[in-house]
Amino acid sequence: MIHPVAPDVPEEHWNLRLYVAGQTDKSIRAIRNLNRICTEHLNGNYTIEVIDLMERPQLAEGDQILAIPTLVRRLPEPIKRIIGDLSNEERVLVGLDIRPLTRA
Amino acid sequence: MPNLKKTSSGIKGLDELTGGGLPSGRPTLICGGPGCGKTLLATTFLVKGALNDNEPGVFISFDERIVDLGANVSSLGFDLPELEKRGLIAMDHVFLDRQSIEEAGDYDLEGLFVRIAHAVKKVDARRVVLDSIDSLFAGIPNIAIVRSELTRLFGWFKERGLTVIITAERGDNGMTRNGVEEYVSDCVIVLDHRVIEQSSTRRLRVVKYRGSTHGTNEYPFLIDHDGITVLPVTSLGLAQIASTERVSSGVASLDAMLEGKGYFKGSSILLGGGAGTGKTSISAHFAEAACRRGERCAFFSFEESPSQLSRNMGSIGIDLQTWADKGLLRFHAARPSLQGLEPHLALILKEIQDFRPDVAVVDPLSALMSIGSLHQTQGMLLRLIDHLKSVGVTALFTSLQNHDADSGIAISSIMDSWIMVENRRAGNDLVRRLHVIKSRGMAHSAEMRRMLITKSGVQLIGIPADETGREGA
Repeated sequence: MIHPVAPDVPEEHWNLRLYVAGQTDKSIRAIRNLNRICTEHLNGNYTIEVIDLMERPQLAEGDQILAIPTLVRRLPEPIKRIIGDLSNEERVLVGLDIRPLTRA
Repeated sequence: MPNLKKTSSGIKGLDELTGGGLPSGRPTLICGGPGCGKTLLATTFLVKGALNDNEPGVFISFDERIVDLGANVSSLGFDLPELEKRGLIAMDHVFLDRQSIEEAGDYDLEGLFVRIAHAVKKVDARRVVLDSIDSLFAGIPNIAIVRSELTRLFGWFKERGLTVIITAERGDNGMTRNGVEEYVSDCVIVLDHRVIEQSSTRRLRVVKYRGSTHGTNEYPFLIDHDGITVLPVTSLGLAQIASTERVSSGVASLDAMLEGKGYFKGSSILLGGGAGTGKTSISAHFAEAACRRGERCAFFSFEESPSQLSRNMGSIGIDLQTWADKGLLRFHAARPSLQGLEPHLALILKEIQDFRPDVAVVDPLSALMSIGSLHQTQGMLLRLIDHLKSVGVTALFTSLQNHDADSGIAISSIMDSWIMVENRRAGNDLVRRLHVIKSRGMAHSAEMRRMLITKSGVQLIGIPADETGREGA
């Protein structure tokens, strides 16, 4: 079991938004990777919103989306962006600021 | 080969030197250093397209925020928010903060495509500007992805027949910092802003234009409240139509030396002479005579202010102020050192374009020569004279020179008429003498005349016989 180490804010809620554009391989991989990472590290304390820009292109401007896929951590603040299909888990954790991993 | 379809750039001079504008449905690269006018040029292209050619446009800004962009171009009379409201222009600021971006796996720039497509759809755009593309290189960590996506983006533009301007920073090696010219092979324009001896000069050059002829020189351009003015003054290859009409010099006795009729209309006249020989007085006569005929005169003064000129000429009976008040005479006074040679040229040409004078006076031309290199000056003069001829303006240039000999640069050879005035000693007096060295196409007088400057202006009289033998060296 892997625990997130965030002792000072123990019950933080993670609001994540994943931007994709259509059902591409990269998008599908990103969704799968994100689900797995969240399940493993966020203790059920998260919501994931997947936004398909093919359907809602007007939303790209507001969150300054350029690269696809882009994961935006809306909460906890500050806002962070991670680009890519999230296949590099270590970088995702660094990007999301899920601090030092302790593996049991 | 069918003629390439072209789209007006919104800048008249640029359209002229590209034979109609930018390649339609293709990307054009505008590169140059900071502050050289890339964004203004691109904005002009969009705004004029939307207003004049019924071609709405999209502005994708990678650098400036939309509000800043709007404020910057409002000085040129462009109201971007208003155009946006009217659905003629769509704008999007793509902000890239590399610090806040973590890379974790494979990605592409589909988000950029989505945003551009969204904006294009919003106004049914025919034109797109990306300003500047370098920020994309700076903001996206993986350069290989940026490169492959740019290639895809340009393909995307072409498929949709969009006419696009991409701006990029000038690089030390190669044309642009990030080698963008590799992707845009259709048309490349370089802007340049140089400061030489404290004088700034803006220049534009069409480096490449696939499938089209174009002027290859560097052309000066101006940025003022009217926007960008490019002055494609090329040598016309001596194809001007020579007029047989004549224009009075404004001095009856000088006309008499020129077959009694004066100069040819549309010709260029060089009036050389030392200091205090009355060159400006002869010029003022010429200007006043034109106004009397109801014609317009542009007077470019590089040594005296308009009020000084009016006062001084008033003392010899030439009333310039009246004509200035009536709007037939327009003064342009500037210190030569105020700016580089080409901006001066550009200002002269712009005034000629706007005011459409019948005659022009440049007093003195030699003041301009002092600020440029020899080669530069001559090239500039040729272009100026050619242009004046092509629009039928009769132009009088004064020049500070002490001898019949040319002043080093062969300006007299490109002039149609050359008149010299000089001070000579006659006994204890200093007398002025005038002679016509050349005047193409007419049987001009070869005599030397004494020139008097009286309360009622300049007069030429014969030289008294007893004076000829007593000339000072």
